[in-house]
Amino acid sequence: MTDPSATHATGLRLENVAIALGSRTLVSVDHDIAPGDVLTVMGPSGSGKSTLLAFIGGFLDPVFSARGRVHCNGTDITGAPPQTRRAGLLFQDPLLFPHMSVGGNLVFAVPPSVAGRTARRQRAGDALGDVGLDGFFDRDPDTLSGGQKARVALARVLVSDPAFMLLDEPFSKLDAGLRDQIRRLVFERAKARRLPVLLVTHDAADAEAAHGALIELAPAASDGAGP
Amino acid sequence: MLRFAPPLALFVLAAPLACGLMGTVLPAFGFLPALGGYQLSTRPFADLFGQPGLWRSALQALMIGLLTTAISLAMVAGFVCAWYGTRAFRLIQHLVSPLLAVPHAAAAFGFAFMIAPSGYLARLFSPWATGWERPPDLLVVNDPAGFALIAGLVIKEVPFLLLVTLAALPQVPALRSLRLSQSLGYGRMMGFMFTAWPPLYRQIRLAVFAVIAYASANVDVAFILGPTTPQTLPVRLVGWMNDPELSMRFMACAGACLQIAVTAVALLIWVALERIAGPVAEGICETGRRFRRDGFARLAAGGMMAASALLVFGGLGVLALWSVSGLWQFPSALPDALTWRTWQRTGPALSGPLATTIIIALAATAISVAIALACLQRENETGRTGGNRALALVYLPLLVPQIGFLFGLQLLLIAGDADASWAALILVHVVFVLPYVFLSLSAPWRAYDGRYEAVAAALGAPAGRVFWRVRMPMLLRAVLVAAAVGFAVSVGQYLPTLLVGAGRFPTITTEAVALGSGGDRRVIGVYAFLQMLLPFVGFALATLVPALLFRNRRAIRGL
Repeated sequence: MTDPSATHATGLRLENVAIALGSRTLVSVDHDIAPGDVLTVMGPSGSGKSTLLAFIGGFLDPVFSARGRVHCNGTDITGAPPQTRRAGLLFQDPLLFPHMSVGGNLVFAVPPSVAGRTARRQRAGDALGDVGLDGFFDRDPDTLSGGQKARVALARVLVSDPAFMLLDEPFSKLDAGLRDQIRRLVFERAKARRLPVLLVTHDAADAEAAHGALIELAPAASDGAGP
Repeated sequence: MLRFAPPLALFVLAAPLACGLMGTVLPAFGFLPALGGYQLSTRPFADLFGQPGLWRSALQALMIGLLTTAISLAMVAGFVCAWYGTRAFRLIQHLVSPLLAVPHAAAAFGFAFMIAPSGYLARLFSPWATGWERPPDLLVVNDPAGFALIAGLVIKEVPFLLLVTLAALPQVPALRSLRLSQSLGYGRMMGFMFTAWPPLYRQIRLAVFAVIAYASANVDVAFILGPTTPQTLPVRLVGWMNDPELSMRFMACAGACLQIAVTAVALLIWVALERIAGPVAEGICETGRRFRRDGFARLAAGGMMAASALLVFGGLGVLALWSVSGLWQFPSALPDALTWRTWQRTGPALSGPLATTIIIALAATAISVAIALACLQRENETGRTGGNRALALVYLPLLVPQIGFLFGLQLLLIAGDADASWAALILVHVVFVLPYVFLSLSAPWRAYDGRYEAVAAALGAPAGRVFWRVRMPMLLRAVLVAAAVGFAVSVGQYLPTLLVGAGRFPTITTEAVALGSGGDRRVIGVYAFLQMLLPFVGFALATLVPALLFRNRRAIRGL
């Protein structure tokens, strides 16, 4: 298993990435995200910012076409299957698997290199404690508060030992007070692990809190033929 | 591997259909080497047209198909337009939905037991209201005009059309259209009819066609409730097909061609009616009348729906009661005594057909669910839904009259010495089970939030693990419900079992229909009760298993 803070960690490199729908280019980005840095991509809904995340994560819908390369810590991952990219994904919904316990969600994410049931549960329990949720292992995710669910989602991503983080407006559905708290927690953990972070949002406060480079996308051209 | 799923589904649905149609058409023109028919001729058709009362039978099948569909659709449309978005809607919806699982034959028997001159309704009102001390001499069931048959079909097609409509409702902005038209001053019923129904109807059109095809070519319900002199065309055809005189099969195949034509004409007439109905409705709409006083119409629409559901439930209850009744004379509303005698007496004869029914239904359902899952998962991988063409294909076995290709399929299987085998029987059930499983499963499957899979894959889970550990458990209830639907469809199949099984694989359904409506009510009660019990057990399991498995998971346990 690679140590995320190893010296060869060079971050996430987006080399002339451009995503198009038919003949219309939605996004084009050429940027390096150093370990521990955040790149914020801002734009209104429909501007294609989630599409960019899908491309980097390896889930691009086949209706889109993409150019350019993505490198992670020096390795080209452009064509790699999503399973091997080690992308830490956070969406605006926590998307906890509803049929598993809170702990089960985390154990599912623990890398296979951690062998043995006890060791895996131990790792998951530690990750829960790390986000202030000791003792939540056997809880039903549906019984958690919004803030607790967001913490579990973060813990689940972190315990999977990601190489970089992809954040798709992860704070937009939280209450104002809570949003600030979770935002700080996420950025702080990413920085501590020296993970490059790509954040897409339409909230200027997110961009401000990220303290990083900012790319603003133009609104999608309105041609009246949208779905 | 999944790449082969859509072609496989296509093959499973279309191959029996195409082979069967060919196997029907060739003998209809005299070509059937197995029975010595080597030369093409129009003799079978000449024989067919020489049959007494043939045109009456054919015309009746046509009218029954159209009337059943028109009444069922009017009831569903009236109900949805009048009550959508209310508590009464949900109440009646929950009352009607389970009826989809009741096999046609069981519902028809129950209906006969309710409306017959010596039936339960007459008993309830006799002698105090009617003065009848003995059953009146009226031909209510098996009436020559076929009213009982139409009513018996309507009470089963209404739940089907309602469920299809309910599945289509989320795809149209129904509630917003209703609110908008109401704020413009329209009455609830016509406001919905003018704004939300047209796009809704477009979504359910294929299902309506399936009802026409089914009702115009139905055998089992027509055998139980339909006219007898002459019987409707499909019933007569099955009689000829099973005639010991093998040469009758040429004529039976010619008759099956006529049946296909009858169903096709019914469909064409319906399409013509659609063309007329559209402009007429537009004309009414353009007058600007608001139809605000629709209280009575709404009551009627809701009342008819509830009455038809209660009639079926009542009929099923009466069936169950007959199966355990001792002496039960007219006009007593309840039997004098309850006894297990009929069950004990029929028990030994029941176990064989019961086992056959369950084995075929389980196998056909398992195969269908596997194929449907593979197709949907393939669709999920490629991001392409088959679109309307694929939907029409799935509906294909439901749009062609069963008789039309089952006759030919039976002859081909006989020629290949493969008739009356478990494999043939299970596969022919798959032809009818797969469409329902697919239709039932596709909506929840496509509505699934794919971001869960993205999260799981990003966490490093390989495709198989994502499918089995994340998607399947989350959709377990939908899969089990689809399986229960498939199981119910298989249990209710009459004609495929009878023809492909060549009478050597009796099931609960074929045995029940064979008893006919004139048979011993207690024995009919036993068979029909079992017929409805099997689907009920399926649906109960589909509800209980996830509830038990996920009892500590509030978001998906379902109960």
